[in-house]
Amino acid sequence: MQDKMKKDIILAGVGGQGILSIAAIIGTAAVKAGYFLKQAEVHGMSQRGGDVQSNLRISNDPIASDLIPVGKADLIISVEPMEALRYVPMLSSEGWIITNTTPFINIPDYPSKEDLLKVIEEQHYHIKLDAESIAKEIGSVKCANVVILGAATPFLGLSYEQIEDAIRVMFGRKGEEIVNMNLAALKAGNEQAKQQIKLIR
Amino acid sequence: MQKLMLLGDEAIAQGAIDAGMSGIYAYPGTPSTEITEYILQSKEVKEKKIRAGWSTNEKTAVEGALGMSYVGKRAMTCMKHVGLNVAADAFINSSITGANGGLIVVSADDPSMHSSQNEQDSRFYGDFAMIPILEPSNQQEAYDMVHYGFDLSEKYRIPVMMRITTRLAHSRAGVVQSKMREQNEIRLSPNPKQFILLPGNARKQYKTLLVNQDAFRKESEQSVFNQYIDGPDKKMGIIACGLSFNYLMENYPRRISANPILKIGQYPIPVDQVRKMYDECDSVLVLEEGYPLIENHLRGLLNNGKQIKGRLDGTVPRDGELSPNLVAKALGMEVAEAKAIPSIVKNRPPALCKGCPHIFSFNAIKEAMNGTEKGHVFSDIGCYTLGFMEPYNAIDTCVDMGASITMAKGAADAGFLPALAVIGDSTFTHSGMTGLLDAVSDNSPITVFILDNETTGMTGGQTSAAHGRLESICKGLGVDPAHIRVLNPLPKTHEENVQVIREEIAYQGVSVIIPRRECIQTAARRLKTMKQTKEVTN
Repeated sequence: MQDKMKKDIILAGVGGQGILSIAAIIGTAAVKAGYFLKQAEVHGMSQRGGDVQSNLRISNDPIASDLIPVGKADLIISVEPMEALRYVPMLSSEGWIITNTTPFINIPDYPSKEDLLKVIEEQHYHIKLDAESIAKEIGSVKCANVVILGAATPFLGLSYEQIEDAIRVMFGRKGEEIVNMNLAALKAGNEQAKQQIKLIR
Repeated sequence: MQKLMLLGDEAIAQGAIDAGMSGIYAYPGTPSTEITEYILQSKEVKEKKIRAGWSTNEKTAVEGALGMSYVGKRAMTCMKHVGLNVAADAFINSSITGANGGLIVVSADDPSMHSSQNEQDSRFYGDFAMIPILEPSNQQEAYDMVHYGFDLSEKYRIPVMMRITTRLAHSRAGVVQSKMREQNEIRLSPNPKQFILLPGNARKQYKTLLVNQDAFRKESEQSVFNQYIDGPDKKMGIIACGLSFNYLMENYPRRISANPILKIGQYPIPVDQVRKMYDECDSVLVLEEGYPLIENHLRGLLNNGKQIKGRLDGTVPRDGELSPNLVAKALGMEVAEAKAIPSIVKNRPPALCKGCPHIFSFNAIKEAMNGTEKGHVFSDIGCYTLGFMEPYNAIDTCVDMGASITMAKGAADAGFLPALAVIGDSTFTHSGMTGLLDAVSDNSPITVFILDNETTGMTGGQTSAAHGRLESICKGLGVDPAHIRVLNPLPKTHEENVQVIREEIAYQGVSVIIPRRECIQTAARRLKTMKQTKEVTN
């Protein structure tokens, strides 16, 4: 009998930061690999600077609930540091947080970056990276979300190549340059994660 | 066949295309909007010449669909739960006329009011109209139920309701398509009196509806969407409707329950199966994503039967949506205390976009009203409702579509002046025109602001029926053209705008002020598309 594979992933960010694109890449890879998938989204707030999240569930068994039960998420993938912490109640005790460190400040009472990073560091399993800077080095700040995805690839239950293939599928019609830039973004994020995992272990 | 990854809404849309629908009629409303948007963007729909478009409101949408059904073709109409309130006259009477071509009314509810004024349960309306209701538990059922629904509708010549909720509408999963079928040809009803509701006729039609109730119940008993899953532990039976079935199954690691379960996806309630559970079990837990409708039925007014657990006895919360964890608690399972969100996390409430024209409209209104105590600005449903939030604090009411104008009039009638109404362009054509006519008929001294951003903004920028017509509509309703003023809501025009507003507030008759500037979101998308088209042609 096949081993049970399940990944319950929370994707988080502010509207416009591209979390649904990340969800689509992971989803494409998971479906191609033959897994069942459910992905619940929040609509409408993206235009208005609100927090957005997606519940992404992957499994080799049919999936019942569209919502991830509280305390059962394996992974929080966040393109914004404060948003990463909003979903801490959802995370299992063995769960990982993969987060960008660049704040998106659109409210008057946004906390200080140092305080945010301190709280993130208190969470037991986490990987944090400055996705904007890495993305800029690669060629465009627009691929910051794919940098974060790269950092999350060791935790998705899918192979790195499967994610690369999905990127080719998703960005193919935008041309080879865009595809290569996103593949480079993925790799850069992945390298960052590998270094940090080594330190934790 | 290929598996498509579809939102619940999209599954319904694709299901309709594949089931031979000829037309869809809808007004935007979260979480139903994506059904019609999917159809509007579909190449298939254009090839098959399926009629698709936004109606002025939900009532005209239901009536348009009924008109298509009248000539024998299959039609669907979609709305959010409160939209059904607007459509109720057409909806309830369509169950008396019945249908000719298959007719499906999709109503999308919003438990927990993620983006609505209430969490009313559309199953109440289906029950009130005495028609079958289909309630999918997952995306595949949502797709399959459309074909089934059209068949059921044509078999009994009755509209069929389909009821979904936010968490299914906006969740994506794999859906397998079934065989496509052709649309119907035009073919009028064999009963020429079917659609005439003069009392003599209506009584006959109503008797037919009453006679059919038994048949609808039999269909429910035999329906593949209602499933009795027996279990050995008869201390408690569990009834689970729609999405709550998923949350229930999520709590069983191997998807096997010791308690008997009745999954309900088709109404009228399958009474025989409910009776079986009630007779065999000591107690019944009812899980409904919405109001405790089934729970209430079982409990009865006197609650002197077996123990019925659900929302009414606190087993699950009285209000709000269900979740896997709430269901786990209801089942008596060990649920670990959830960690708290770290206190450093602050709320990011939705806010008006930077540069939104409404901001400058509100700034001008507030300055013109400087010195007047709060309470005089009656508003409505749209992006501008966010004018309630800090730092604008610009509006005092928001109740239902069009209420801004009519409440302002009521307040003015009571001597409370000035009375300002703030309404959007799409909301105005939806239900503001009739209120404005009331005001004109009484020469009420109200000042109506129609914030014209040339779109239906809050739901994602759908086309607005008001576009290019506001001035002529207001003149046609009898507003004095000298008191129809168009403003440009920008920082640089602030002073002149304040001046105009002051003049019209002073005027003791109906004033309509139209601050007009395109929504920055639709403008940005339009420019992006233009740029892309230019790049392609170059």
